[in-house]
Amino acid sequence: MIYEVFRQERKGQAFAHAGSVEAPNEEFAEAYAREQYGRRGESTALWVVPREAVHEIDDFADELQKNYHRVDGYPLKEKLGKARELAARSPNGLSAGAG
Amino acid sequence: MTPREQEFLDYVQSGGQVETDDWLPDDYRAKLIKFIEMHGNSELMGVLPEREWILRAPTLQRKLALTAKVQDEVGHSQLIYRVVEDLGKPREQCLDDLISGKSKFHNVFHYPTKTWGDVGVIAWLVDAAAIISQKALLKCSYAPYARIMKKICWEESFHILHGRDVILTMMLGTDEQRELVQEALDRWWGPLMQFHGNPIPREDDPMYVWRIKSQGNEEARQQFLDGYVPQIWELGLTVPDPKLRKREDGVWEYTEPDWDELKHVVTGHGPKTAERLELRRATREENAWVRRAVLAEAA
Repeated sequence: MIYEVFRQERKGQAFAHAGSVEAPNEEFAEAYAREQYGRRGESTALWVVPREAVHEIDDFADELQKNYHRVDGYPLKEKLGKARELAARSPNGLSAGAG
Repeated sequence: MTPREQEFLDYVQSGGQVETDDWLPDDYRAKLIKFIEMHGNSELMGVLPEREWILRAPTLQRKLALTAKVQDEVGHSQLIYRVVEDLGKPREQCLDDLISGKSKFHNVFHYPTKTWGDVGVIAWLVDAAAIISQKALLKCSYAPYARIMKKICWEESFHILHGRDVILTMMLGTDEQRELVQEALDRWWGPLMQFHGNPIPREDDPMYVWRIKSQGNEEARQQFLDGYVPQIWELGLTVPDPKLRKREDGVWEYTEPDWDELKHVVTGHGPKTAERLELRRATREENAWVRRAVLAEAA
């Protein structure tokens, strides 16, 4: 059996994939994971997970161009430039609260 | 080469990395397995010269450090064989091919260790040469291999320190101890200069073309010379090569390494090849009952 090992480097940090171990059962998987990824105090915790239990999703289709919930959906630079130009051309006008 | 293979080649040559489940050209997969398997074999065979010194280590501290190093290296071979397994070649088959002589391991692990000086030179300079190759694998186009190299390089850095400490201790000792270091350096210099392989241009090296390695053989050797010859000289040791010098343009000149010896040794004819493979075979056989018991219990 292949077990995937995830390790946390410091308390509070996210677990990151460390590698995998081959073991006949969970008990051996734990022992191998401890030796490979914990013996130098480099981890505060490990997750040992049978490979089959990991479901990977790697297709992120965006047919509807839903860019409004991403940073790149808000290209402000050009608009800001125009707004500044506009404001500069009418020095006395438009300033909210001035009246 | 098919258009799909060409697209893959362009991708890895522009720095792209791939994962186990991605489509891989057959030639790429075959080269990966060959390269990574030889690395795994070398980690596993590399512990044997050092193992011979665990019982003869000069102090308890050295004995413990050497034992830990052996554990690290065997751990590396486990990690590396895991990567090979995911590429399609089971670990048991890797061990079969190693023992039968079908697959290879690095030249430096085919030689005897005559004195404790050899142990120091191996841990310092052989590991230094190895870490130069290994650091160039951190950017390997096959991402699972590149990832485990991070952990391996981290552990190798302890080994170099251990080796340097052994050497410095001996150099600060008696004349006899200093002689042991010099004699060991004389023995290991040839194999060390052969270690990174013949200086074929990297564009002609399939391992570079597929971006399995990220540097050419001669680049690695120059990096080794640049990093370690000054360290060797500053201790008052002599490098046994009268032609060795650094040119004004920064390139090291040296006597042509014995490429026939390299070829002879890695094809299974080194002074210790047969003995060490026989030990590997015998221990595997002796331990077979453990694997049977564990697998039966787990089933």
